Amino acid sequence: MPESKATAFLTRFRSLLALALMVIALSLLSDRFLTPDNGWNILRQISVNLCLSIGMTLVILSGGIDLSVGAILALSGALAAGVLKQGLGIPGTEWMLQFTPSGAILVGIGVGAAAGWVNGIAITRFQLPPFVATLGMFSIARGLTMLWTGGFPITGLGDAFGHLGTGALLGMPTPVWIMLALTAVFVVVTKRTRFGRHLYAVGGNVRAARLTGLNVARITTAVYLLAGALAGVAGLIVTARLDSAQPNAGLGYELDSIAAVVIGGTSLAGGRGSVAGTVLGCLIIGVLNNGLFLLNVSPFWQQVIKGVVILLAVALDKANARNRDA
Amino acid sequence: MGGGKAVIAPSAALGDVVIEAIGIGKTFPGTRALDGVNLTVRAGRLMALLGENGAGKSTLMNILAGVFPPDEGTIQMDGQSVRFANPQRALAAGIGIVFQELSLIPYLSVAENLFLGREPRSASGLIDTRRLLAESTAALQRVDLAVDPTTLVADLRIGQQQLVEIARAISAHVRVLILDEPTSSLSGHEVEVLYGVIRELKRRGVALVYITHKFEELAAVCDDVTILRDGRVVGTALFRDLTRDAMVRLMAGRDTTELYQKVAFTPGEEILRTRGLSLTGSGVGRRFLVDQVSLSLRRGEVVGVFGLVGAGRTELLEALFGLHPDRVTGELVVEGRAVRFESPADAIAAGIALAPEDRKRDGLVLPMSVAANASLASLDRALRAGFVSERRESSYVGPYIDRFRIKIASLNQRVVDLSGGNQQKVILAKWLATAPKILLLDEPTRGIDVNAKREIYAFIDELARAGLGLIVVSSELPEVLALSDRVLVLREGRVTAEFARADATPERVLHAALPDSSRVAS
Ligand SMILES: Nc1ncnc2c1ncn2[C@@H]1O[C@H](COP(=O)(O)OP(=O)(O)OP(=O)(O)O)[C@@H](O)[C@H]1O
Ligand SMILES: [Mg+2]
Repeated sequence: MPESKATAFLTRFRSLLALALMVIALSLLSDRFLTPDNGWNILRQISVNLCLSIGMTLVILSGGIDLSVGAILALSGALAAGVLKQGLGIPGTEWMLQFTPSGAILVGIGVGAAAGWVNGIAITRFQLPPFVATLGMFSIARGLTMLWTGGFPITGLGDAFGHLGTGALLGMPTPVWIMLALTAVFVVVTKRTRFGRHLYAVGGNVRAARLTGLNVARITTAVYLLAGALAGVAGLIVTARLDSAQPNAGLGYELDSIAAVVIGGTSLAGGRGSVAGTVLGCLIIGVLNNGLFLLNVSPFWQQVIKGVVILLAVALDKANARNRDA
Repeated sequence: MGGGKAVIAPSAALGDVVIEAIGIGKTFPGTRALDGVNLTVRAGRLMALLGENGAGKSTLMNILAGVFPPDEGTIQMDGQSVRFANPQRALAAGIGIVFQELSLIPYLSVAENLFLGREPRSASGLIDTRRLLAESTAALQRVDLAVDPTTLVADLRIGQQQLVEIARAISAHVRVLILDEPTSSLSGHEVEVLYGVIRELKRRGVALVYITHKFEELAAVCDDVTILRDGRVVGTALFRDLTRDAMVRLMAGRDTTELYQKVAFTPGEEILRTRGLSLTGSGVGRRFLVDQVSLSLRRGEVVGVFGLVGAGRTELLEALFGLHPDRVTGELVVEGRAVRFESPADAIAAGIALAPEDRKRDGLVLPMSVAANASLASLDRALRAGFVSERRESSYVGPYIDRFRIKIASLNQRVVDLSGGNQQKVILAKWLATAPKILLLDEPTRGIDVNAKREIYAFIDELARAGLGLIVVSSELPEVLALSDRVLVLREGRVTAEFARADATPERVLHAALPDSSRVAS
């Protein structure tokens, strides 16, 4: 198959092209699509998935998978909301710790990071396959969320906290700021730092990475910790936006984030892909959801179409890899 | 196949043309790998395909064997134009290939690998296990490989895996057999077996293509030679009409310098010492892979380690490098201090580098770029204000790429797309960039062409003179003898002899390496 400059360019920017085509098509099909309001809408909607997906990108690049991010999202949101609303009783005493909104935010991120760290330890110290370790964490975090909330939403969290989900700064919604900042940070982390390089190396060939003197366990643990912390951030955004922590928040989100990562061209085998690709993947899913909604396509069909997009994206990627590696 | 011409008569002087490539061209992004290449392979003859690393040899063979199609040109079999969608189709048409890189499936058994995709079926349509095993045993016998066909391929040594690949190709009754550097990890005995197989195949009228960087192999099997340079054929001739010098000159396209000559040099103080270093085996098999090895290495010294396959050479280096902390016993002293390495990271921190033997498994991160692989062990050198600077990276990696003439389209090219020999050179560059004090090299020139080999020898010499201590493991005796100030011989994990450079004759070294039983005979 002769590979000209043009086809090389096309394959490289295939997802961008797909996104552009979708935007053009939807603008023609619906006059409500290409409006500033709808634009912000889409960005706000994808902010949660993008937080999760950045973490998922790190995990998948390192050669693993994280099924627990949706559950960690719920746990972080619930704990942050709970301590903000009622404080935290210190067992065996009469004392109650009270939390400011910033304190609650730290709790949310901290809980996510801690859960992620446990994932990392299970995988590196106890040698559990990532699939199994995070499946366990999925169940644990879901259970803890139920125990903490008693199965009821925690609502009425106040404006200061709510700002995280519904506020705006300089005309841009807060979640979008968060999303942009995290994207920028993690593009740099993956492409420009030693940790980033080591991450790709571990995912690309663990044995070679170890023989090169990389501390594989530490890198892997850090990856899951970051994914957990990012799930915590996502949990805070979700909770703030609804002004309520739902015990069932984030159900199935791990699958959406895996989809975004895969559509963004990151290989499930590890070692190949990018955060930038994942941003595109999230945008594609976001635009698709939004467009289908505007076109009044039934949510059932939306799911079917999303599935087809995932399959197409990966099939194209494979065909591409075959041509290259053969 | 038309014309009812199914039987090949091993006729007159040259034999019939079985397969012919005409005007083959292939372009990869950034590389014109093949350009107007013609190749004719005749029944009962072996065509050696020679060329420097990256000349396009493997690419041409992949095209013949249906791995990917050419951009231009045609392939003819028995005068008919053919085109194979994949290697299975090519195999069905009678073209077998043994790839340069191992392509077996590690967690299937030897038998399952041998007949993968063409398993014998019983009447019920299930796999006929009995016949599978029987035919496997027969196939293994032809390559003199004494392993149980139910063994997992992952449990075999690389050389044995290579033999399984060869057995797989010949058991399919091919009419054309392509061998891409088949001997790169075979022991001396295994190579002899392979020669026997090749002669037998020639007698049966099979047409062979053979890629190698080891000229001494040619005399044993070769009839015709085609030489590639930068994707073009620069010469085709009968082997007996060519001298070694002529071949080397054609490959390089220029007059090549003198043969490598080691510069005499007095080593400095001791930099590494072991006493009673042992490595216990992890599973079945020998109790000690490395058995009470005591050695000493000085600055500026090259110690060669020779031994037959399975003598524990690689394991010795791994033990020194902290790879099996829980199975190593004995003393290790680096620069006068007793040390214990818990991981390769510790060894690297102490100034030791190990360039491993198995490049795909241990050496390279295949999806990463050439630059990222070459800098992976020394990334600190590429940091600016804590961030990786690609400019800085390429400025220190670049010189190694030039020095070893690593053929790349760009530093950002993925290392998986490099030719085998060029991948090997990237590993060397990676470790040299760490500026180690002690360099452990395991088969440093496997798959590397003659000219680059000499360049690497010269570089090893230069490193020694700059004060490094080097331990070079090699299964090529001439290489060990050419490089080393001292030669250690290993047999079954033990040091059986040590020679100063002047005393290390091939006979003595070999004698010390052979097992007791065959010594009597030799
Ligand atoms: N999939 C690929 N993508 C890009 N370039 C490639 C690919 N495969 C091979 N090349 C390039 O084509 C050229 C020829 O490679 P090839 O593997 O045929 O060399 P070779 O003669 O077999 O070398 P060696 O002796 O090192 O095995 C090299 O420059 C290599 O980098
Ligand atoms: Mg090759």
